[in-house]
Amino acid sequence: MRAANLFFVLLGVCALCAPLLGIYPVFMMKLLCFAMFACAYNLLMGFGGMLSFGHAAFFGASAYATAWLATARGWDAAPAILAGVAAAALVGLLVGLIAIRRRGIYFAMITLALAQLIFFVCLEAPFTGGENGLQGVPRGSLFGVLPLRSDIVLYYLVLAAFVVQYLFIRRVVHSPFGQVLKAIRDNEPRAISLGYDINRYRLLAFVLSATLAGFAGSLKTIVLSFATLSDVQQATSGEVILMTLLGGTGTFFGPVAGAAVVVTLQEYLSEIVGGWVTVIIGAVFVACVLTFRRGIVGTIAALRRGGH
Amino acid sequence: MTEIFGIPVAVILGQLMLGLVNGSFYAMLSLGLAVIFGLMGVVNFAHGAFYALGAFAALLSLQHLGINYWAALALSPLLVGLLGILAERLFLRHIYRLEPLYGLLLTFGLALVIEGLLHQYFGSSGQSYPVPPALRGVFNLGFMILPIYRAWVILVSMIVCFSVWFIIERTRLGCTLRAATENAPLLQAFGVNVPLLVAVTYGGGIALAALAGVLSAPVILVSPQMGSSLVIVVFAVVVIGGMGSILGAIVSGLSLGVIEGFTKVIYPEASNMVVFLIMALVLIVRPAGLFGKE
Repeated sequence: MRAANLFFVLLGVCALCAPLLGIYPVFMMKLLCFAMFACAYNLLMGFGGMLSFGHAAFFGASAYATAWLATARGWDAAPAILAGVAAAALVGLLVGLIAIRRRGIYFAMITLALAQLIFFVCLEAPFTGGENGLQGVPRGSLFGVLPLRSDIVLYYLVLAAFVVQYLFIRRVVHSPFGQVLKAIRDNEPRAISLGYDINRYRLLAFVLSATLAGFAGSLKTIVLSFATLSDVQQATSGEVILMTLLGGTGTFFGPVAGAAVVVTLQEYLSEIVGGWVTVIIGAVFVACVLTFRRGIVGTIAALRRGGH
Repeated sequence: MTEIFGIPVAVILGQLMLGLVNGSFYAMLSLGLAVIFGLMGVVNFAHGAFYALGAFAALLSLQHLGINYWAALALSPLLVGLLGILAERLFLRHIYRLEPLYGLLLTFGLALVIEGLLHQYFGSSGQSYPVPPALRGVFNLGFMILPIYRAWVILVSMIVCFSVWFIIERTRLGCTLRAATENAPLLQAFGVNVPLLVAVTYGGGIALAALAGVLSAPVILVSPQMGSSLVIVVFAVVVIGGMGSILGAIVSGLSLGVIEGFTKVIYPEASNMVVFLIMALVLIVRPAGLFGKE
């Protein structure tokens, strides 16, 4: 474990120094937001064993809620983020109540369909700006003290939010709740026979994951100053699955690594190869499913176990 | 002119007709999905991409080789179906041992690749495919005007759907297919080449999607994205109908198309959402779907 600790210390130092090293802070913040999104998703897919194909709905719902409150209502960043997270929790509760009635692939198809419903709501509703989305969201200031317009200040806040969420998810998974969740994932009939009300656990995991995905969506809106249809669309749901799968499903750090790879690919690859990005992402998806199901972190962990 | 709720009857009937056309596509696509799922346990996310590929095959063969609509109706499903078999042999056959969810993820990746390639070569703007001369014009039924092509689409898809149903439920080949769905290893022990059967069935399901693509080419714009939102609607149709039933897939496909058409008349803003709302309602009342057996 010593090598892993060293790695995390180094990573922490790098993250703290990133703005000084000349890495574009907005890129780093986007990466962190998607890492938070993937970690939230992994809580459901990796530890709960539920493959949702509609997580963009929660990410996008809170992005839109935050953007609308901050622009049309002139809310400050902190309450707007909080309200966005609440909106994601509510949408998560509604979708979860319907989706947990089925398992496996049906669960995936239902979440996909309901997310598409929310996509159309965002497209048609009178206050969401239709095809354009909501642009020019003001960053404002945190509690009227910290000016968020500064990229550096906002970067450290997003970094702090990421660390808090990461540790929170670790705590949840290691709690008795998380253990029962994993038990349900691994052997549902046995969990039922032990007397657990599994649908309550599944619903709670779903809402928790949706809420945390919403947190990532709100932060993304504040960072990039817009909420658009691409936040709620099916492709974004697919991307977060890819991040989790590529990094390592059911590992803590996997989704972070996966998000880093995918966001970096999209950012820099699109300049080189243009429209081929979709094809490449699709090919990576196919390759992951066929040969790399453990993901980056899962493979490293397996190698280390094998080596010692 | 007669009106219902202030809307001319002819408009309502026109929209219902259009709904029936869309319902025909839903029925053909969900039928293919149901057959593939029944035999392979794979939810084919690439169905919409193959549907688009079918339309593109017709469009390109017309533009570059002068192959007309009637030939495309046969050639495009054949070609795309063969491509489906190739995809099954190259990728899908490696994941049957795994959880069904991996099938969904793999075919999602395939869909991205196909749609990305189409986008890269043909751009995102839609192109129109001319209605074949023999099917141009309208029937004037007195109470409404019925474009001949729409009637043709409905007729063809009905014939195709019921032939597929007949093949699966009433012929020896269908019997073998159902046996493979029940217990593939046992069937293999009896000397049936199950891997071949699986590959051909996947190809057949894909060919159905491609046929729907060719049929739809003259009524919609042919574009790389034409399948990606459609496949989600078809998933909802499949959840509503229950995936185990062939007849369920046909009936729910057609009726949801009609309901969608009707919504377009009374409340157009909701027409995109109505199928998903019905799905949510059905799941609350009957979690296994209307025709589901679970």
